[in-house]
Amino acid sequence: MLEIKNLHATVDGKEILKGINLTINPGEVHAIMGPNGSGKSTLSYVLSGRDGYEVTEGSVTFQGKDLLAMEAEERAAEGVFLAFQYPVEIPGVSNTTFLKTALNAVRKHKGLPELDAMQFLKLIRAKAKALNMNDDMIKRAVNVGFSGGEKKRNDILQMAMLEPSFAILDETDSGLDIDALKLVADGVNSLRSPERSMLVITHYQRLLSYIVPDHVHVLAYGRIVRSGGKELALELEAKGYAEFGSPEAA
Amino acid sequence: MAATEQTVEQVRAVTEQKYKYGFTTEIESDLAPKGLNEDIVRFISAKKGEPEWLLEWRLQAYRHWLTMEEPTWAMVDFPKIDYQDSHYYAAPKAAKDKPKSLDEVDPELLATYEKLGIPLKEQAILAGVEGAGEMPAVAVDAVFDSVSVATTFKKKLEEKGIIFCSISEAIREHPELVRKYMGSVVPYSDNYYATLNSAVFTDGSFVYIPKGVRCPMELSTYFRINASNTGQFERTLIIADEGSYVSYLEGCTAPMRDENQLHAAVVELVAMDDATIKYSTVQNWYPGDENGKGGIYNFVTKRGACRGKNSKISWTQVETGSAITWKYPSCILQGDNSVGEFYSVAITNNYQQADTGTKMIHIGKNTRSTIVAKGISAGKAQSTYRGLVRILPKAEGARNYTQCDSLLIGDKCGAHTVPYIESRNRTARVEHEATTAKISEDQLFYCRARGLSEEDAVGLIVNGFCREVLKELPMEFAVEAQKLVAISLEGSVG
Ligand SMILES: Nc1ncnc2c1ncn2[C@@H]1O[C@H](COP(=O)(O)OP(=O)(O)O)[C@@H](O)[C@H]1O
Ligand SMILES: [Mg+2]
Repeated sequence: MLEIKNLHATVDGKEILKGINLTINPGEVHAIMGPNGSGKSTLSYVLSGRDGYEVTEGSVTFQGKDLLAMEAEERAAEGVFLAFQYPVEIPGVSNTTFLKTALNAVRKHKGLPELDAMQFLKLIRAKAKALNMNDDMIKRAVNVGFSGGEKKRNDILQMAMLEPSFAILDETDSGLDIDALKLVADGVNSLRSPERSMLVITHYQRLLSYIVPDHVHVLAYGRIVRSGGKELALELEAKGYAEFGSPEAA
Repeated sequence: MAATEQTVEQVRAVTEQKYKYGFTTEIESDLAPKGLNEDIVRFISAKKGEPEWLLEWRLQAYRHWLTMEEPTWAMVDFPKIDYQDSHYYAAPKAAKDKPKSLDEVDPELLATYEKLGIPLKEQAILAGVEGAGEMPAVAVDAVFDSVSVATTFKKKLEEKGIIFCSISEAIREHPELVRKYMGSVVPYSDNYYATLNSAVFTDGSFVYIPKGVRCPMELSTYFRINASNTGQFERTLIIADEGSYVSYLEGCTAPMRDENQLHAAVVELVAMDDATIKYSTVQNWYPGDENGKGGIYNFVTKRGACRGKNSKISWTQVETGSAITWKYPSCILQGDNSVGEFYSVAITNNYQQADTGTKMIHIGKNTRSTIVAKGISAGKAQSTYRGLVRILPKAEGARNYTQCDSLLIGDKCGAHTVPYIESRNRTARVEHEATTAKISEDQLFYCRARGLSEEDAVGLIVNGFCREVLKELPMEFAVEAQKLVAISLEGSVG
């Protein structure tokens, strides 16, 4: 599914990722944990193609294709999805308009016919209901006036609609109370399938008791310093990240 | 979109003329010599068979114009116009000035037509290609189904006593109405361009809605066919009598090209007691090429008088075209409790310049006005919002709310806000809010990460920014306007 080899990346001339190696097979859920500022969001942006994140070395292969050669929108259309740490507000653009435009762009890329207004509405209503989002919320402008938890749920709704083959969830748990967390985790779990892989970025173990990962990695100062099974998350929760050193050491 | 009487009139005029003359060369002789003087004013008036009072009015305007100076206060910059270098009467337009084929037309313009899905034949007409409009009946059929649709439409209006025709026809058929109202909102001495228009206007639209009548359909000048014949100095007069309602649409989303660089239209609206006029414009004149060459100067005077109590005039405009736009649709709120509204989207790209806004003059008690202006600048464009809110001493309890938002795309463009507020009544309330923002990199990436191309993302974000204004447009117009907004900004990022 996804193969990251010796990935180095800089932001504003500063090297943030310093040689990441990671292989994710179809159906697997990998968790990345790590201290603040270790480069977790940077990795998510590099994988999803944000401008300004320059890859200086290494490669990323996604479903046999060179992911780094694609524009952000191509990656999305090919099935890469990023649930943002901070979902963005778009005033005046309703959730439905936004998602319909996005979904049809992705469908077009896949050679599928566009959905008409009725088909689309039926689909989004069903998916929103599963996330406990009402009609009012899907009609409102994208993330405008949404609480932190609502924004995260909104991103998961987008994921449910776009049905990516590889999803990156960047601190999707931050800002969620326990009920919202369960809802989001249920939403994510319902999207788990043998064909779909996920990279779950989190600072805390809490999320991982709901979305149980197959593998856990520790990212510290631009490198993956340790990998293990789901029990690694519990160990980190108890001991913290201190043993992985400081930025100076890296 | 339904057809209008005006179109029918136009088609007839053109076909009859063709029949009458047979040769295009003879039609050519219908061209006034270049230049502007009293003889030309008389020539125009005579060509149109006008009554003496109108000729006198034109001449007064012309003489007044000679004493005036071109205004320089607007934030626009253009080479001096040589007013003696134009023909002030041409019917129909001279073929020799037109492009000979589509090959001679700016390819950018053609690409835009294609995106709007306009058939080739119509593209040629819009671009003013020589001979392209030669079979107007066919083209009209293509657009409106058939002429009979237009006839049905006309009959429906007649049943209600509504008059909707060209201003020339109104001058012939309803001189008392024209004489009473023309110049009553925009006097011939009003401003440089309006005065010039008063002297040399050639045609335009006339609407009269009788007492208590609600016009059963949107009246529209949209007619792609019309485009190639639109005069340089249009004059429009709309009168809504007591308790009546009308919604009027002007313009069209397809970019229109015209050899006449200067367009100085005058629009006058009159609303009597309890009457409402809703006037919507989509202006998409040729803006010039990407280096700023060519393009229309659009210097328009639009003003509405809310003469009666509880009357309402609402202007909605989407301005995307023209090299230079100089335009301030205004409301004179004379009747007590009358309402004025101005909703505007002005998009400037490349080298376009727009200085646009509104004037709300509160005279009567409890008069209310709302201004929502959205300016979008991209490329090297400059856009200015200029708005005047004036509250006169007798306007007890008057209220105004102004919201003025600018959106910048790139860092070579500019947006300026120039509000003038004059309140001479202590009970009046005037609120003004202004914001300036850029399309954020975060927003663009968020959209792209969901599969939208950069251009689609810009289109979507800008449409969101304009939503409050676009939702004021009649439904079908709104859909076209949304497409237009996105297209106008293509190539403005990346
Ligand atoms: N635009 C930027 N310019 C310079 N440094 C940046 C920029 N964005 C992030 N960084 C730095 O990159 C490092 C990694 O940030 P980030 O990927 O957001 O970490 P995490 O998500 O793991 O908390 C931090 O030291 C941060 O300060
Ligand atoms: Mg982060």
